[in-house]
Amino acid sequence: MVKAATNPNLRVVLYEGEGSSTLDADQRFDAMQRLLESGYSVTRASGERPVSRGDDRAVAVLGRFDDPDQLDTGLEADAPVHIHDVTDRDTDTLLNTVESVNTQVAQHQTEYWKPWFPVIDFDRCTNCMQCLSFCLFDVYGVDDKQQIEVRNQDNCKTDCPACSRVCPEVAILFPKYRHGPINGDAVKTEDIEREKMKVDISSLLGGDIYAALKTRNAKFKSRFAKERDEDKALAERKKCLTKLAEQFDIPAEALEHLPTMSEIQAKAEAAAARTAEQQSSRTGDQN
Amino acid sequence: MSDRPRILYCHCAYAHVVPKATKEAVLRGLTDAGVDFDAAPDLCEMAARRDPSLEKLVEREGEDSPCKIVACYPRAVKWLLHGAGVELPDDVEVLNMRTETPETILNDLLKDAETRGLQSTGVSDATTPDP
Ligand code: SF4
Ligand code: SF4
Repeated sequence: MVKAATNPNLRVVLYEGEGSSTLDADQRFDAMQRLLESGYSVTRASGERPVSRGDDRAVAVLGRFDDPDQLDTGLEADAPVHIHDVTDRDTDTLLNTVESVNTQVAQHQTEYWKPWFPVIDFDRCTNCMQCLSFCLFDVYGVDDKQQIEVRNQDNCKTDCPACSRVCPEVAILFPKYRHGPINGDAVKTEDIEREKMKVDISSLLGGDIYAALKTRNAKFKSRFAKERDEDKALAERKKCLTKLAEQFDIPAEALEHLPTMSEIQAKAEAAAARTAEQQSSRTGDQN
Repeated sequence: MSDRPRILYCHCAYAHVVPKATKEAVLRGLTDAGVDFDAAPDLCEMAARRDPSLEKLVEREGEDSPCKIVACYPRAVKWLLHGAGVELPDDVEVLNMRTETPETILNDLLKDAETRGLQSTGVSDATTPDP
């Protein structure tokens, strides 16, 4: 089962070029809209201007054809092309035709999924790994160049932009978020200041995670252990979570799943170890 | 070879971040004008799935003009596609249905079509997207 909201099996082409008559504008609009809302990628093609080349998906070509057997659409496709004349057919019938082609060619069963996941702006990202440390659902990973990446998009908690709040560089976007700059709107200086003030991951930890990432020495660890007052830290965490929920649009369901202090710390340490490893291998390469 | 830009329209499903009226007016304008274009049901979802057709949708293969994408914020579209392993060429223009009116978008998309005598869209500026 592929988690998908759009159809990965079939491309639909409304063909109105040579060897066909045009659809009327209302029918064209209606067909386009209904097909898109049913999850199909659709191309309107007449030869008027270039459209995307075909790929290995099957193609359903629909139109009012003079002679479907003689039709040469000029479209490139690396997969079977199913030509269907839709002269005098209404949009419902056209949609049924597409559905029946899809049933024949479907390789993947799809399951509804609202596409909600983080996107990293690498013009801003400093590869600090705060997001990876914070997210317990392994949405983030590290590629073979030790660069942060979004790896498991469909693990992300729908409508939760929490990790974008822990990014010190305002580098995490959610394109379907309501407000800027998280939706991709330009980042202004005041946004950077505001984002930095919003959620300091250290207040969830009861310690300074930036320092933890930088100086994981024994002295620090023992001080951390001694000074941490569980009750105080829990109260702090609760306060912080309430603030997150109220001000920053974090859904209650996602809040329940936010990582515990020890989980964040464990992930931060793992990330720091990876960074140290990366630095030492770079130093090794230079020598 | 054509000097007319390819057009990729995103229908942005599952969230109301792109005002429905704007999406519909842009789609209506394109279909009324009778221009060729590619339409994706939701670029975000295709990017999450690393849909191989994304590369084909934005590539510039033997074409004079870069593709124009009608979706949302250019920064979001650029990095969304980057996350799916598809690099947007620098000269690709992204038109933002979250901030621009359908009229502005259609004027941009159809300027070359109109000079070639295709049907005018008659889209009014009645739909104002979210600020
Ligand atoms: S928290 Fe922000 S800057 Fe740090 S690695 Fe994640 S995206 Fe990059
Ligand atoms: S790319 Fe933008 S317009 Fe398209 S689906 Fe994603 S959020 Fe919506």
